[in-house]
Amino acid sequence: MVPTSYYVLLSAILFGLGIVTFVFKRNIITIFMGIELMLNAVNLAFVAFSQSFGKPDGEVFVLFVIIVAAAEAAVGLGIIILTARNRKSLNVERVDLLKL
Amino acid sequence: MTAPLVIFFVLAAVAVFGAISLIVQKHPIHSALSLILVMVALAGLYLLMGAEFVAAVQIIVYGGAIMVLFIFVIMLLNAGEEERTNFSKLAMYAGVPLAVAMTGLIAAAIVGSNAAMPARAPETLTSTRQLSTLLFQEFVYPFELTSFLILVAILGAIVLAQREN
Amino acid sequence: MNEFLTHYAFLIIPIVKIAILVFIVLTVDAYLTWIERKVIAHIQARWGPHRVGPHGLLQPLADGVKFIFKEDPLPASVDKVAYFLAPFITLMLALTSLAVIPFGPQHFTVFGYETGISIAEVNISLLVLFAITALSVYGVALAGWASNSKYSLLGGLRSSAQMVSYELALTLSVVGVLLIAGDFSLRTIVVQQGVKGNGLLSWNIFPQIIGFICFFIAAIAETNRVPFDLPEAESELVAGFHTEYASMKFAMFFIAEYTSMITVSCLATILFFGGWLSPFPASWAFTQYLPSVLLIPFGLWVIFDGIRYENLFGRMVLPVVGAVMAAIGFGLIVFPVVNDAIQGIFWFLAKVFTFLFVYIWMRGTLPRFRYDQLMSFGWKFLLPVSIANVVLTSVVILWRMH
Repeated sequence: MVPTSYYVLLSAILFGLGIVTFVFKRNIITIFMGIELMLNAVNLAFVAFSQSFGKPDGEVFVLFVIIVAAAEAAVGLGIIILTARNRKSLNVERVDLLKL
Repeated sequence: MTAPLVIFFVLAAVAVFGAISLIVQKHPIHSALSLILVMVALAGLYLLMGAEFVAAVQIIVYGGAIMVLFIFVIMLLNAGEEERTNFSKLAMYAGVPLAVAMTGLIAAAIVGSNAAMPARAPETLTSTRQLSTLLFQEFVYPFELTSFLILVAILGAIVLAQREN
Repeated sequence: MNEFLTHYAFLIIPIVKIAILVFIVLTVDAYLTWIERKVIAHIQARWGPHRVGPHGLLQPLADGVKFIFKEDPLPASVDKVAYFLAPFITLMLALTSLAVIPFGPQHFTVFGYETGISIAEVNISLLVLFAITALSVYGVALAGWASNSKYSLLGGLRSSAQMVSYELALTLSVVGVLLIAGDFSLRTIVVQQGVKGNGLLSWNIFPQIIGFICFFIAAIAETNRVPFDLPEAESELVAGFHTEYASMKFAMFFIAEYTSMITVSCLATILFFGGWLSPFPASWAFTQYLPSVLLIPFGLWVIFDGIRYENLFGRMVLPVVGAVMAAIGFGLIVFPVVNDAIQGIFWFLAKVFTFLFVYIWMRGTLPRFRYDQLMSFGWKFLLPVSIANVVLTSVVILWRMH
């Protein structure tokens, strides 16, 4: 029997690592992957609590989070493609002025 | 050391290894592969918790569609390895310990509140029938809204990907 | 010793089953290549392999030896991680998908561990198969990209786009069967088809004929077989995404392709053709002697053919093989316990091999799709038809409930 706090601890660690990815990496696609990692960590916490309370409500919310993440990935990657085409680089440090 | 505990530690180690590998790798494709590893490990953890439908949806949607999209974009944009930065090293040497400290704070809060957490429910498998009853009776309005959201996302992606005429 | 086995039975029994299944599947893969070459050759009015061993039966062995001894070059500018990972992912996923397929109806208890004739008894076996299908896009995409060559990249991108497109149609075409059966478990789907006991008539093929056609077409596209094999067509793209792979790694892709063919055939028989159920109604008890009725004449024919074979090796081996087959046939009549046990597996294998024969038949007869025809067919025809099948099935089910 795995205590719920172990799962939530793992979720916190993954969330922290997602934040480190988001803050410290320079490639915009890798930053986006950090966001996805944070969403996954939150999903893990949801399912852990849903199991702990014995109700499936948390898992339904996880389904919604996955759907929203899919929609966000589609639009976000479209924006990334356009930005990369305009600036000719995937480095976020080059995208720091509104002027091209 | 019961079997579920051993499986939990193995899967947790794989997930953390994948996340650290995501940060450490230089090429975005290797980071994407590490993220896929994290997602598969998380799907294993969901199975361990008895959420079988969520585990399958995680692999099918997250691992089989969203990450495929990431990999296609990385291949399309021909993303290369990361370049060296001109910024100071202070950001990295002060930032990583601070991030670890923040994670430790959250972890301490979680462990400290152990007494306030509800007792563990017995090992139950959430059947798909239960999930679908909940999804289509109590949460039907958010469900219809998400289908609308996906339609808007599809339209947005098509408009964004058009070539300039 | 008994204590140890009972305590760890949950670990040891699946490992033993995995070993048996992997051995059987790899052998069937190898001889599937022999069957394919022979059938395509006879469709094209020529002999297939017939020199290596009697009737070319040792050809797969010769191919295996060649794969082992051939040089395995590593091109200089490939991305090493992805280059090594791609064939492993493809082969691992193809073999893993066989773990959840139930091959027979029996349940037995070994050392206190209850199990059926499948490696894992999961509630969501159909979803596991879809998850593995979704992940197998990676093997192809990574192989194409890592090889650092124009042909591979183009073949890889085309193939992964094709797999992603037809994956949707594949998943949706099965939803009709799920609505009828009410459960994701493959074992429940088969059992539900056999509940009424009138054999062929209660299989899912009759209510779900549209679903079956969509499923079969989408499955052929998923496994990259003719007529959907433009990404690996020999005359178009050298060899598509596995151009830069040689000997052992190519063998992995090869085995993975045949294994996924077998998995898809197993899935088609379970979902639409009643799995291990006999097509004859349960009241016709004499049909359980059908395996013997087929084996004994075939064994005798192999003996007669072997006696008059052209070279000495065939004249020694074939009669023995024929005698073994006839002996098994007689044994089944004499020992009804064994006969009962193998009924389910016999019908399952017969149906799976029928599907594999249809696959090979199509490879020998049909031309291949052009890429834009392929994509427009998948999105503009197959997907709407699958969705229409789901809507139609649910309307009919709701109507019959009132």
